[in-house]
Amino acid sequence: MSEPRTLVEKIWDAHRIPSGSDGPDLLYVDAHLVHEATSAQAFDGLRLAGRKVRRPDLTLAVEDHNVPTDSLSITDPISVEQVARLRGNCAEHGIELFPHGDARQGIVHVVGPELGAIQPGMTVVCGDSHTSTHGAFGALAFGVGTSDVEHVLATQTLPMPRPRTMAVEFTGTLPPDVTAKDLMLALLAEIGANGARGHVLEYRGAAIRGLSMESRMTLCNLSIEAGARAGMVAPDEVTFEYLATRPRRPAGTDWDEALAHWSTLHTDPGAVFDRTVTLEVGALSPVVTWGTNPGQAVPLSQAVPDPARFTDAAERAAARRALEYMALEPGTRMRDIEVDTVFLGSCTNGRIEDLRAAAAVLRGRVLAPSVRMLVVPGSMQVRDQAEREGLHEVFRAAGAEWRLSGCSMCLGMNADRLSGPRRCASTSNRNYEGRQGDTARTHLVSPAVAAATAVAGRLAAPADLS
Amino acid sequence: MEPLTDHTGRVLPLRRSDVDTDQIIPSRFCRRLTKTGYADGLFARWREADDFVLNDPARAGGSVLVAGPNFATGSSREHAVWALRDWGIAAVLAPSFGDIFRRNALKNGLLAVQLPDAVVSGLLDAADRDPGFLVTVDLVACEVRWDGGRQAFEVDPRARRLLLDGQDDIAVTLADGDRIAAYERGRPHWLPVFGAARAG
Repeated sequence: MSEPRTLVEKIWDAHRIPSGSDGPDLLYVDAHLVHEATSAQAFDGLRLAGRKVRRPDLTLAVEDHNVPTDSLSITDPISVEQVARLRGNCAEHGIELFPHGDARQGIVHVVGPELGAIQPGMTVVCGDSHTSTHGAFGALAFGVGTSDVEHVLATQTLPMPRPRTMAVEFTGTLPPDVTAKDLMLALLAEIGANGARGHVLEYRGAAIRGLSMESRMTLCNLSIEAGARAGMVAPDEVTFEYLATRPRRPAGTDWDEALAHWSTLHTDPGAVFDRTVTLEVGALSPVVTWGTNPGQAVPLSQAVPDPARFTDAAERAAARRALEYMALEPGTRMRDIEVDTVFLGSCTNGRIEDLRAAAAVLRGRVLAPSVRMLVVPGSMQVRDQAEREGLHEVFRAAGAEWRLSGCSMCLGMNADRLSGPRRCASTSNRNYEGRQGDTARTHLVSPAVAAATAVAGRLAAPADLS
Repeated sequence: MEPLTDHTGRVLPLRRSDVDTDQIIPSRFCRRLTKTGYADGLFARWREADDFVLNDPARAGGSVLVAGPNFATGSSREHAVWALRDWGIAAVLAPSFGDIFRRNALKNGLLAVQLPDAVVSGLLDAADRDPGFLVTVDLVACEVRWDGGRQAFEVDPRARRLLLDGQDDIAVTLADGDRIAAYERGRPHWLPVFGAARAG
C-alpha cells in the first residue's frame, strides 16, 4: 500500500471492481452526464433488453447540443424530437434534467462543475469527448460512445483496462497575456493532435497552480485534442475554494470528511508516469491555429508555415491539405488574416472568466463593420452572472449578439452554423474541415484574442488595438 | 449479436492521416434517433469530390478501409461507426486510432485493427495497384492476411471474446452485479446524488 502512486492510479484503484470473469476490471462511475444528442439510442437499447437505469440518482441530463441559442422555443422539428425523447427518457427513469429554458440549463461540461457536482477523486463519464473538462477538479473524466452510455446506464460501470499515465510538466512563469487556451494550443503544436493517445494526462507545475478553476477546465477540456483519454489537475486550495460555495458540495461535517479525502489526492513523490513531456511556458505568447486540426497552431506573431518544411511526410501532406481548405498561403502573417465571424463560447471557453476577458477588451470599442460576433454563455447561470456584472451591455454596445446557452457554433449540429466559406475566429475546440459549416474555416483562439480580432477584423491580440 | 470470426474483403485505400469523426460523418447527419440509416452521411463532404475513393466504380463493394495514422480522432459520436457499417465496411486497418472510436467500433462488430506503419503503407500501395486486392481480418488467429503476407495484431481481449461468442456486453457485466452492489455499499455517503434522491 505504501508504493507511491500517481493521482490517476489512486482514483483508478478507488473505483476498481475486480471482475469475476477473466475480463478487465470494472470501473465504477460516480457521475454520468447525459445530453440529447448521444443518448436516445442508449435508452432504446435498455428498453429493448428490458433493463432499467441502475443509478438514476448518479445521472444528470441537460439539453445542450441541439438547442437554439436565439430563442427559448425550439422550432426545428429534429431538435424538438430529440429533446422530447430525452425528456421522455428522463421522466421514465427518474433522471434529473435541466431542459432548454431552465435557469440551470447550459453546456453539460459547464453545468456539472458550477453545481459543485463534480468533485475531486470522482469518476465522471459522458457521451461527449470533451468530458475531459471535469479533470480540472482532480476527477477522472472521459468521453464515451453511445454503446458505453447504455452500459453505464445499465451497470454504472465500464469494463476498462488501466490507462497509461503521462505527466505534462509546465515549467516557468506564465506571462500575463497568455491564457490556458494558449498554453494548450502551444502544447498541441508541440506534441501533435495525437501526441497523448491512450494516456491520461496530469498537468503539473507552478504555472498550473496559479490557474483558476475556469482556466483549469479549459486546459483539461482540450486534453482530448491531443488524443488523450483524459486530463487532470490535482486538487488544491483553488479547487476547494471553488467548491465551497457551490449548491451541491458536501455540507457540514460531510464537507470536512470530503476535504480530508480530497487532500490525499495528489501524485506521491517518487510515483512513476509512463511518459513525461515538459513545456517551458515563460516565453509563450498568444497562439492561434492555421490548419484543420488543433495541433496545427503557431504564435499569433508568426506566419502560416510552409508545408515543405515539415520533415514528416504525413504531416507535410496534412499541412498541404489544410492550407488548401483554409485558403491560406505559406508565409502570410497570422495577423494579416481577415475574419468575418467571431464565436465566443463552448465548453472550452464559455465560462464567466472567458466572458470577462473578452468584455475587458471590448469595453468602449466596436466590432469591425465586416464582423459578426456571437457571444454564447456556457450556461444560463454564466449568462445570469454576466448580466449582473453588466457584461452583456458591453457586448451589445460593441455590436455583438448576446445569446442563450448551448453548444451553438462549436459543432455545427444546431442552427448556429456558418453558410459559405466564412472565416471564423472561434474560442471553441475544433478547427476540423466543415466543423462550423460545410465550407467554414476556423481559427481557434483564446477569448481575449477573439475579442481583439472582432474589433480589428483580422486576427489580433488585445495589445494590437489601442 | 451474431458471432464474428473473420472478414475477407477488398481494400478501400484512404491515404490520409488524422481523419476526424467529423469527416467520417458530419454533425448534421448525427441528429437522428436511430442506430442505422447513416450510410448517406459517410464522408459526406469528401464524397462530393469525384476522385474520392468511395466514388471509384472499380472499388465498389470494398469493405476493408485502410487509412493513415490517428484514424477517427475527435468527437465520441458512435454515428461514425454506424455510418461505416451501414456503408458496408466491416474492418478498418490503420497505424493508430482515436481511443473512443476504437472502443465504439469493436462494440458494433466493426473490426478496427491497429497495424504497423510499414504494413499499412504496403497495403495501401497494393490496393492502389490492384482495385481487387483482398485482405482477410481473422479475429480467431488475431492476424491480417493477404496474398503473400500476414501480420499479427493485438485486440482488447474482452471485446474479442464478446465478438467471437456473439455475447451481449452488458449481460456479461451484469453477471458481476453482486460485486457492483458490494462496491456501492462502500462508497462515501457524501458523494453527490441527483434528482429525487437529493431531497430524500
